[in-house]
Amino acid sequence: MAAPPPPDPQFVLRGTQSAVHALHFCGGAQGQGHPLLLSGSLSGLVHIWSLQTRRAVATLDGHEGQCVTWLQTLPQGHQLLSQGRDLKLCLWDLAEGRNAVVDSVRLESIGFCRGSVLARGHQHWTLAVPGRGSDEILEMPSKTSVCTLKPEADAKPGMPMCLELWQADSSPRPLLLAGYEDGSVALWDVSERKVCSRIACHTEPVMALDFDSQKARGVSGSAEKALAVWSLDEQQALQALRTQELTNPGIADVKIRPDRKILATAGWDHRIRVFHWWTMKPLAVLAFHSATVHCVAFATDGLMAAGSRDQRISVWSLYPRT
Amino acid sequence: MDPALSAVRLSVREAVHTLSSEDGGRIFSTLGSLKRYLGQTENPALPGEQEEFARVHFSAFLRCLVSKLSPDWLELLPDGQLEELWASFFLEGPADQAFLVLMESIEGTAGPSFRLMKMAQLLARFLSAGRMAAVLEGQCWQHTESASPLLQETLLIRVVTLPDRLGNRLQRESLAVFLPQNYFPLLGEEIVRVLQAVVDSLRGGLDCSVSFVSQVLGKACVHGRQKEILGVLVPRLMALTQGSCLWQRVCWRLVERVPDRAMEAVLTGLVEAAPGPEVLSRLLGNLVMNSRKAQFVLTQKLLFLQYRCTTPMLQSLLGYLATDSQRRPLLVQAGPCCRQALKELLETWGSSSAVRHTPLPQQRYVSKAVLICLVHLGDAELHDSRDELLASLMAGVKCRLDSSLPPVRRLGMVVAEVASTRIHPEGPPLRFQYEEDELSREMLALATSRPAADGSLETGPSVPPVAADTPDKEPEESDIPQPPPDGSDSELDSDDEFVPYDMSGDQELKSSKAPMYVRDCVEALTTSENWERWEAALRALEGLVFRSPAATREVSVELAKVLLHLEEKTSVAGFEGLRQRALVAVTVTDPARVAKYLTSQFYALNYSLRQRMDILDVLTLAAQELSRPGRLGRAPQRGSPGPASQPSSAVAPAWRAVVEERIRSKTRRFSKGSVGRGPAAGPNEFNSVAGYFFFPLVQHFDRPLVTFDLLGDDQLVLGRLAHTLGALMYLAVNTTVAVPMGKALLEFVWALRFHGDAYVRRGLLSAVSSVLLSVPAERLLADLPDELLEARAWLADVAEKDPDEDCRMLAVKALLLLEKLKDKLLPLSFP
Repeated sequence: MAAPPPPDPQFVLRGTQSAVHALHFCGGAQGQGHPLLLSGSLSGLVHIWSLQTRRAVATLDGHEGQCVTWLQTLPQGHQLLSQGRDLKLCLWDLAEGRNAVVDSVRLESIGFCRGSVLARGHQHWTLAVPGRGSDEILEMPSKTSVCTLKPEADAKPGMPMCLELWQADSSPRPLLLAGYEDGSVALWDVSERKVCSRIACHTEPVMALDFDSQKARGVSGSAEKALAVWSLDEQQALQALRTQELTNPGIADVKIRPDRKILATAGWDHRIRVFHWWTMKPLAVLAFHSATVHCVAFATDGLMAAGSRDQRISVWSLYPRT
Repeated sequence: MDPALSAVRLSVREAVHTLSSEDGGRIFSTLGSLKRYLGQTENPALPGEQEEFARVHFSAFLRCLVSKLSPDWLELLPDGQLEELWASFFLEGPADQAFLVLMESIEGTAGPSFRLMKMAQLLARFLSAGRMAAVLEGQCWQHTESASPLLQETLLIRVVTLPDRLGNRLQRESLAVFLPQNYFPLLGEEIVRVLQAVVDSLRGGLDCSVSFVSQVLGKACVHGRQKEILGVLVPRLMALTQGSCLWQRVCWRLVERVPDRAMEAVLTGLVEAAPGPEVLSRLLGNLVMNSRKAQFVLTQKLLFLQYRCTTPMLQSLLGYLATDSQRRPLLVQAGPCCRQALKELLETWGSSSAVRHTPLPQQRYVSKAVLICLVHLGDAELHDSRDELLASLMAGVKCRLDSSLPPVRRLGMVVAEVASTRIHPEGPPLRFQYEEDELSREMLALATSRPAADGSLETGPSVPPVAADTPDKEPEESDIPQPPPDGSDSELDSDDEFVPYDMSGDQELKSSKAPMYVRDCVEALTTSENWERWEAALRALEGLVFRSPAATREVSVELAKVLLHLEEKTSVAGFEGLRQRALVAVTVTDPARVAKYLTSQFYALNYSLRQRMDILDVLTLAAQELSRPGRLGRAPQRGSPGPASQPSSAVAPAWRAVVEERIRSKTRRFSKGSVGRGPAAGPNEFNSVAGYFFFPLVQHFDRPLVTFDLLGDDQLVLGRLAHTLGALMYLAVNTTVAVPMGKALLEFVWALRFHGDAYVRRGLLSAVSSVLLSVPAERLLADLPDELLEARAWLADVAEKDPDEDCRMLAVKALLLLEKLKDKLLPLSFP
C-alpha cells in the first residue's frame, strides 16, 4: 500500500508579526467558553486565539518587548502564567475578559529554559523555574521558595535547559526532571533535594523533554540528530531505552499528546515530526513551515499546533482520537 | 655341428613341412611335439635345444604359423583345438619375438581379413595375459649379453606405438584394449610388474638394468601419453617407495636412465602427477644434481621458459628443490656451478624489460614462483639475504606500478604486500588499495601456507582459505523495550490506526539555496568560502548549463577553466563525476570554443596528469554526446526553434491524434505492423566541430615539455591519448572531416607503432580499427593506399608476435576489418 501523501494543516494562524516561541491550548474541554490557543511571540506579546473564529481575540503585553518563552494556564480558574526573557514570570487573570497582571516573580536565569508547574490541591501549585545554574522550586501563589536544587560541586552539567515537574500517582513527593547543557537528564527528588538518577542521553545540550508518568517513560530532544527515549524503573533510576535517528539535527520542542499515543517534535530543520509514542515509529514529517519551528502543543482533544520563526502558527489534526 | 642342434633344425623343418599338409591329426601331433622346445610340457627338451629353438628357429616358425592361418586350416580339427595350439606358441614362447612377429604380421596384412582379425585378437590375448611385462622384462636381463641395439630399438618403437599401428591397420574395428587411453595404463601396470621383478631379482643378488623400461617410459611421454601412463605409475610407485630404499633406488634409476630427449616430457609428467614435493622427492631423488638435462628442465625450463605449470605443480617443484640439503643450493644460495632458481626468478621478476615483453600470465607465474620460494626460505636464510631480496623484489614492484595496464599494477601491489609481510614480518604491513579477488587471495594463500610437514604427504594442493564469512548476525535490537505485561495491550492493538504518511520528502536540509544562474555558479565556484554553496553550485551546474545554453555560451570558456582547475577541497560525494559531467555539458553546449580551449590546455605547462586525462575523457564524452543521433529530439529546449516549427510542434499532437484516431476507426487492417516510428534522423552535430576536438590533440604529441613528456615517462597519458583519438575518429563517422582525420591518425599510429607499452599499442590498434570503420572505403583506397598497406603489414606482425594478448586480439580484429573492406570494394571494381 502506498503511503498517503503528507497532510496539510487544518488551518494557519497569521498575525503575530513576530516569531512564535510559545504555544498553549486552554479551555474547550470543560465547556466554559470556546477553546483557545495562546501564543507567545518574540516581540513579547501573548496572543489569545479563538479556535472557532480563528482570530486573535486579545493581546497581552507584559514582557516589555522581550520574548515570551513559556505559557501555561493553571488548572483552576482563568489564570495564565507567562515566562519572558525580561526575567519575569507573570500571572495573568483572564477571567471574564480581564487581562491584567496580578502577580509576577522575578527570575534569575536569562536562558531559554522553560518552567514547569504542578498542581497540588485547590489553589496550590508548585512551580519549577530555572535559577542561576540551578533550579528553583517555588510554592505558589505564596511565592515562597521551597528549595534550590543545585547540582553537586563535582558534577558540572551546565545550565538547566528544560524542566518537567511531576508527581507519581503512588507517592505525594514531587519529582523534577531536568535536561542540562551537557546532554544529560537528571531526576531530582524535590523534597530531599538530591539527584536520584542521571543519564547522559545526548552529546549536545538537551533542548526539550517530555515525560509520560503513566508509563514512566520520557523522551528528550537535543541539538544533535537523535531523539533519546528513556525510562524510569522502580528504584527511580533512569535508563536509556533507545535513540531515534533523525535526518537533520536540532529539536526545539518535544510534546507527547495527552492520550499518550503520539509524539511531536519541533525541528530546527523547519519540520514537524510525528512519531508513534510507544514504538517510536516515524509517522509523518510535516514540512509546512519555512523557518525553524520553535514549539509544538497538543490540545486535550488531540489538536496539534506548531509555532515557527516564520511568524505562523499551523494547526493540525492528525490521527484523531476515536 | 652339434647333433642336438641339428636335431632341432630337423624337427622344425619337418614340422614346417607337415604344416602344409591337409592332415589335421598329423599337424596336431607335430605341433605338440614342437612344444617340447618351449619347455612347458611334461617332458621338456634339453635346455640347449630349447635355447637353440628360441634363438634361431622360433621367429621363422611363428611366421610360418602365421602364413598358414586360414579358416580352412583351422577347421582341420574340430572344436578349435588347432587354433588353441596355434595360439599357445605365441603366448608361451619367448615374448619379444612373439610380439615382434605379431606386430609384423598385423602390419603386413593388407586390408581387413580373417587373418588380420585373428591376429589382432591374439595380440589382445597376448596383452591381457600380461606378456607385455615379459617383453619388457626380457630386455632387463639382456644387458649382460650382447643385446642387439637394433632389436631393442625396434621393440621399443613397436611397444610404444602399438595403439597407432593397430589403429591404422584396423581402422574402425580396433579393439578396446588397443585404444591409447586403455593401452597406456596397461603399459604402466606392466612397468610396475617389471620393476617388481627387478626389485626381487636385486634382492636376490642378480644384476639387471631398467634402461629399456626407462626408454619405454620416455618414449611414451614424448608421445604425449604422460597422463595415462604416469597416472597409473605414480600412485603405485608412491605407495611402493614409501619406506623401501630399494624401491626408491630403482625408481631414481628409472628416471635417470630416461634418454635426454625424453627427460623433459617425463619430468613434466611426474611433476604434474606427483601430489606433493615429498612424493616428487622420493621418486626423483637427487636426479637434479646428477643429470644436467634434468637440472635444466627443472630449474630453467619449467620456471622461466614456460608458464604452463599449475600452482600445485609449482609448489611440488619448488618444494622438491627445497626439501633436500643437497638440492637446496639450487634454490637459494650461490654455488660454483649451480644456478640459483630464486635469484634468477627475482631477476626476471625485477627486470623492467621482462615486464614489458612477457605476457601477463607468465608474469603471474613468475610471481607465484617467487612467493613459493619465499615460503621455503628459512628464517635464517631470509635474514641473510633480506636486503638483496628486498631490492630486487621492490625493483619489480616499481616496474609494475609504473605500468599503464591495471592488471600488471595490481599484480605488483599484491606481490609487494605478500612478499613484504614475509620478508618483514615484524614491520608495519604494506597496504595498497585494491579490491580483493581470486588472484590476490591465491597469492596470499601461497605465501602463508607453510611447506607440508614430513608426515602429511598426501595433503595435495593447498586450497586458498575461504574467506571467513561467518554470517554476521544482525545484532538483535535488544534496546527495543519489551512491552511490559500490564496494561499495554490496548496500545499495541491500536497500532494499526497509525498509518505513516509518505516521508520521502524528508531530505537533509541545505542551509544555502542552489544558484539559479550559470554566472552565479561560476562566481560561487571561484570565490565562495561557503562550502555548502560551493557544493550546491557544483551539483546544480550540469542542469543549469543544459537549461540555459545561451547564458552558458557567454561564459563557456571561463566556466571550463574554472571546472578544469577545480579541486576537491571538501569531501563531496561524487565530486569527480559532478565535475566531469559539468565539463561535458559545457563542452557540448559550446563545442568549438571549449574544445579549442581544452585541447590547448592539454599540451600546456603546469597541469597534473590527472587533469590532462580528465581533458581527454571530457572530450571523448562530449563528442559522444554531440554525435548521438536523436539528441535534439531529447532536448528540445536546446537552441531556439525556428518560427515555422513553433506552432506545429505545439498544436500537432492534438489534431494528429484526432486524425489518426479517425483513420484507425475507418480502416480495417489485415496485419499489424510496428506502429512506433524510428528515431528521427538529424545531422551529426559533431560534424562541424570534430576538427576542434581532434587536430590540436594529434599535432603536438612529440614535443616534450618540462613537465610533460608524452614519449617519455608519461606513457599512460599517451595511451589514453591514443584511445581518445581512436574514439574521436570513430565518433566522426559520416562526417566530411573524417578523411583528413583518418590520414592524420594513421600517421600518428605509424610514428608510435613500436612503442614499448602495451597500453599505448592497444590504443593505436583501436585507433586503426576506428579509421577503418569511419572513413568511407572508397576514400580510404583512393587517398590512403600506402598507409593502408603499411598498416596491414604492421597489423599482421602484431597479430603474430605481440606479447600482449589484447594487442594480438585487437590486431586480428583490425585485420578482419581490412578484409571486410576488401570484400566491400571488390564487387565495385568488378561489376
